[in-house]
Amino acid sequence: MSALLEIDNVTKTFRTKGFFGKTKEVHALNGVSLSIEKGESIGIVGESGCGKSTLANLIVRLDEPTSGRILLDGTDISHMKEDELRPLRRRIQIVFQDPYSSLSPRMTIGQIVTEPMRVLGGHSEAETEERAKELLHMVGLQPSAMRRYPHEFSGGQRQRISIARALMTEPEILILDEPTSALDVSVQAQVLNILTDLRAKLHLTYLFISHNLAVVKYISDKTVVMRKGAVVETGPSEEILTHPSEAYTRELIEAVPMIGKPFRMPDDIAESV
Amino acid sequence: MEPILQIRHLSLSLPVKKGMVSILHDVSLDVAPGQILGLVGESGSGKSMTAFAVTRLLPGGGHEKLGGSIRFCGEELTEKSEKDMQAIRGRDISMIFQEPMTCLNPVFTIGRQMTDVIMTHQKISRAEAMKKAEDMLASVHIRQAADVLRCYPYELSGGMRQRVMIGIALSCRPKLLIADEPTTALDVTVQAKILYLIREACRRLGTAVIFISHDLGVISQICDTVAVMYSGHIVEAGKAADVFETPEHPYTRALMAAVPKFTVSAAAGDRLFAIPGIVPDPSEAMAGCRFAPRCPFATEICRTAPPSDTLTGAGHLVYCHNWQSAAPAIGVLRGKEAEA
Ligand SMILES: Nc1ncnc2c1ncn2[C@@H]1O[C@H](COP(=O)(O)OP(=O)(O)OP(=O)(O)O)[C@@H](O)[C@H]1O
Ligand SMILES: Nc1ncnc2c1ncn2[C@@H]1O[C@H](COP(=O)(O)OP(=O)(O)OP(=O)(O)O)[C@@H](O)[C@H]1O
Ligand SMILES: [Mg+2]
Ligand SMILES: [Mg+2]
Repeated sequence: MSALLEIDNVTKTFRTKGFFGKTKEVHALNGVSLSIEKGESIGIVGESGCGKSTLANLIVRLDEPTSGRILLDGTDISHMKEDELRPLRRRIQIVFQDPYSSLSPRMTIGQIVTEPMRVLGGHSEAETEERAKELLHMVGLQPSAMRRYPHEFSGGQRQRISIARALMTEPEILILDEPTSALDVSVQAQVLNILTDLRAKLHLTYLFISHNLAVVKYISDKTVVMRKGAVVETGPSEEILTHPSEAYTRELIEAVPMIGKPFRMPDDIAESV
Repeated sequence: MEPILQIRHLSLSLPVKKGMVSILHDVSLDVAPGQILGLVGESGSGKSMTAFAVTRLLPGGGHEKLGGSIRFCGEELTEKSEKDMQAIRGRDISMIFQEPMTCLNPVFTIGRQMTDVIMTHQKISRAEAMKKAEDMLASVHIRQAADVLRCYPYELSGGMRQRVMIGIALSCRPKLLIADEPTTALDVTVQAKILYLIREACRRLGTAVIFISHDLGVISQICDTVAVMYSGHIVEAGKAADVFETPEHPYTRALMAAVPKFTVSAAAGDRLFAIPGIVPDPSEAMAGCRFAPRCPFATEICRTAPPSDTLTGAGHLVYCHNWQSAAPAIGVLRGKEAEA
């Protein structure tokens, strides 16, 4: 059986123009391969800038890889044109890291949440609105939120709105890029429980990016540890996060702040560019 | 130590389409020099608004209503003009935020931006300011500070940008540093370094710090004192060690029970403990305790009368009618969590 989503030796190099005309190359991904089966939940952890969001953006085709292939049901989508991509967009949805810039300030919450379904068409106004309210309720917001604007909500409330929006089209694959890092623990618990239920009910496939290793341990069957654009270690979450074989993974686990665990002074406090 | 910031009975209302909405109620807090106060609570509980009320960077376009008192270095801030507040913000109170990118201008180098800030406060040349900027970066343990000064913000990692912001924030040797979720967007290893930097600066310079986070683990590790907020109110406050060892408010206990641990997994059928119901909208009027509708230990009095503060131990305050009878609650919540 072939994987639902196959990342095959993907690289991504950004060329940025400096202000004085010199170009700089950033190798954000250096040959990443991953295979995701239908219904699996995969967690990705790793330090800031290791390429997690770059990978997420390539999968939802907000960007194209420099080389390598991204196969959805065996079809390479890595260089598809927008009109070919349209039917695929419903199947893969993403929730972004930043709840501040990802919601349009001029739209009401109702318009924001219902938009993906309107774009698809084929649903009555009443049906769309009903589903939006149901999803808002699931993420812990009042129906009255529908008429309000993003700026009236706190960061965490906005992130819950993004999750409701992403679920509108009943996607098969949900890419969650730090979806709970702006949330307080109780709403995080609600959202993680909801994601667990939805996954079981709708056979959803998750790619869950997070800095919180305990969250990844909870939600993911498999964990991928990344560093500097490459995969360091992959395996069942239980194994990776309780018996890591790589020193870098151990370092990550030790740095997780927990109640009752004393603050551990980092080995090397300095940082260089 | 005498507190440098004393907030008493602070209330805040913000203008919305249909009049005013009440955001903060009767918030009282103390922060001492060289100490870190943690503000923790659910999203929308008013942590950021409490901080913004102190700096008066409120989103009400001048129509917001502040009540109560904010005494800072012996002076009443609520009576200060916007011009005075501007001076205080540049000199005595600094802030750092979750996303440093929003505070940095993408088209100028770090060096240019830092020297601009320095030169508005001190009459010195660009070259002298550049030297000071380099020292500032070195003080937050940035290697090759001179190279970083030549970088544009997007050329730096999130952790490095946050270091730059801390360097700028501490450069005026503020008496108070407000850190609003400064490590939320960072990975755990970089977070540990940033937490260390903040703690070091607090101890070395005697800066008082208000540290806002929804991460109870982070708060428990670096804060001296902690205040737990719920729906615009403080529900529990005290020494961090006391509050996390013997949480007295059912809300604090519920929050602690909701933290995911390494021992749970969805695959094994575990559920996370989540507080039933939702946070009441700040505009919603309520006669009693605002947590009562979600509290498993609420009795009649909780729905009719607002709780007053009770001292349960040295400096440990809890705003709950039933904190004593709810004491076995921690077992119940843990039981629920285990059973779920
Ligand atoms: N559009 C872009 N142009 C140039 N460089 C980029 C671009 N997007 C990302 N990068 C660089 O690529 C690298 C990987 O970035 P990415 O955002 O994928 O990291 P991340 O793992 O998601 O980090 P974080 O945990 O901080 O979100 C970084 O060095 C980043 O600066
Ligand atoms: N401009 C505004 N107008 C009206 N209400 C607002 C405005 N900004 C925030 N609020 C409300 O004020 C309350 C407190 O918000 P605040 O940003 O202080 O929450 P917070 O505790 O910092 O939450 P988070 O953890 O999500 O950052 C929330 O209920 C929010 O909806
Ligand atoms: Mg990212
Ligand atoms: Mg906030």
